[in-house]
Amino acid sequence: MTPLLKVENISKFYGRRIGCKDVNFDLYPGEVMGIVGESGSGKSTLLNCLAGFLTPETGEVLFEMRDGAMRDTVTMSEPERRMLSRTDWAFVHQHARDGLRMNVSAGGNVGERLMAVGARHYGNIREEAIDWLGRVEINETRVDDRPTQFSGGMQQRLQIARNLVTGPRLVFMDEPTGGLDVSVQARLLDLLRGLVREMGLSAIIVTHDLAVVRLLADRLMVMKDGHVVETGLTDQVLDDPQHAYTQLLVSSVLQV
Amino acid sequence: MIEIKDLSKTFTLHNQGSVVIPVMEAAELSVAQGECVALTGASGAGKSTLMRMIYGNYLAAGGSIVVDGVDVVTAEPRDILALRREVLGYVSQFLRVVPRVPTLDVVAEPLLSVGADTEAARDRARDLLARLNIPERLWSLSPTSFSGGEQQRVNIARGFAHTYPAMLLDEPTASLDAANRETVLGLIEEAKARGAAIIGIFHDEAARDRVCDREIDVSVFTPGMAA
Repeated sequence: MTPLLKVENISKFYGRRIGCKDVNFDLYPGEVMGIVGESGSGKSTLLNCLAGFLTPETGEVLFEMRDGAMRDTVTMSEPERRMLSRTDWAFVHQHARDGLRMNVSAGGNVGERLMAVGARHYGNIREEAIDWLGRVEINETRVDDRPTQFSGGMQQRLQIARNLVTGPRLVFMDEPTGGLDVSVQARLLDLLRGLVREMGLSAIIVTHDLAVVRLLADRLMVMKDGHVVETGLTDQVLDDPQHAYTQLLVSSVLQV
Repeated sequence: MIEIKDLSKTFTLHNQGSVVIPVMEAAELSVAQGECVALTGASGAGKSTLMRMIYGNYLAAGGSIVVDGVDVVTAEPRDILALRREVLGYVSQFLRVVPRVPTLDVVAEPLLSVGADTEAARDRARDLLARLNIPERLWSLSPTSFSGGEQQRVNIARGFAHTYPAMLLDEPTASLDAANRETVLGLIEEAKARGAAIIGIFHDEAARDRVCDREIDVSVFTPGMAA
């Protein structure tokens, strides 16, 4: 089996400061990779480099296109990358408003993605949007409401629906449950777990919350000061941490 | 089916004075299909540690662990994940589940992971739960509020849902009354009969004597303790 994504020697500097350095990994179809680290570890920088929001100083991000060819998305043309981000890729932002159009109805937010890939029949688009809203537990009666009228958790679920409606193969998530109440977080995590499994998605999830990676990620990378200090199967890294920093992180988590 | 050679393990606690604890050295073990081997030794001797290393949950310091042709010590993460899905089952001492998943789905999940049909997986889950005397009214509830013994039985049901060719059982009969212990031993005997290679930890001597063909005392692998 060939990897869906090959990340090679990605480094990003902010002047002389290291954003992230020498990051290498392969991601296979259906795998979920968690990236954890504390504030300033470089995890968001890395995610943004992978998703094309930042340009790395060195390295390649090779993605397996639908025709089977591996293409470097760092050097891809802008229109091509935008097409990728509307079809095979998705990005769930920490703050839903960064990933939604707040002045467009919920149904419109989902339908827009379908139209961007060529859907034209209004009735079908609306029906598919309502179906997806249902899958993320947003009632049909809210389809014409603006996201400004939704709670934080609902906005986040809407963002997920908007991202997944085009059937992407790779989803990037930046702190998807950050800032939400614990009960809302729980519901969202269950939803994500179910969708990832159902749709056979590959995902890269950045979070500082170890419980999120325990639940969602198969593999884990631990970052500190811009470097990847440890990597492996999630349960192995959390149950048998090797690096001093990982051991510190794991022992710092409060058990309820 | 399971072949362990020259296995060693050391724990280094960096944030606790960098203390180094060597727990295992030159461990060897071989389990054929249809065999059940018991790991024995005092508490703290390294039985669960060895089991977790076989599962890939703990890293080995050296040596090899070959399960159905895959060396867990050097395999790629995706190969270990595939091994855990299809070949190697693990019934741990403690049930750890997502709080909001109904018992029936907890038990059916291993079958769904290997691509079984949802209804067929749920039927198998129902059979196992009924056999292990979990009342039907509990099947739609999450097991997090169940008693220790009930959780253990749900754990066992999940462990036996898919017909794994190799199984690791850590104290499967602890917390169980006589009737349920009998059921679990029956499940183990059935697994052996279909050719599964089993490694088990049983503090209950009678259970151990009944289902295990051999015993290995892991204390002989503790550094500094070998005779």
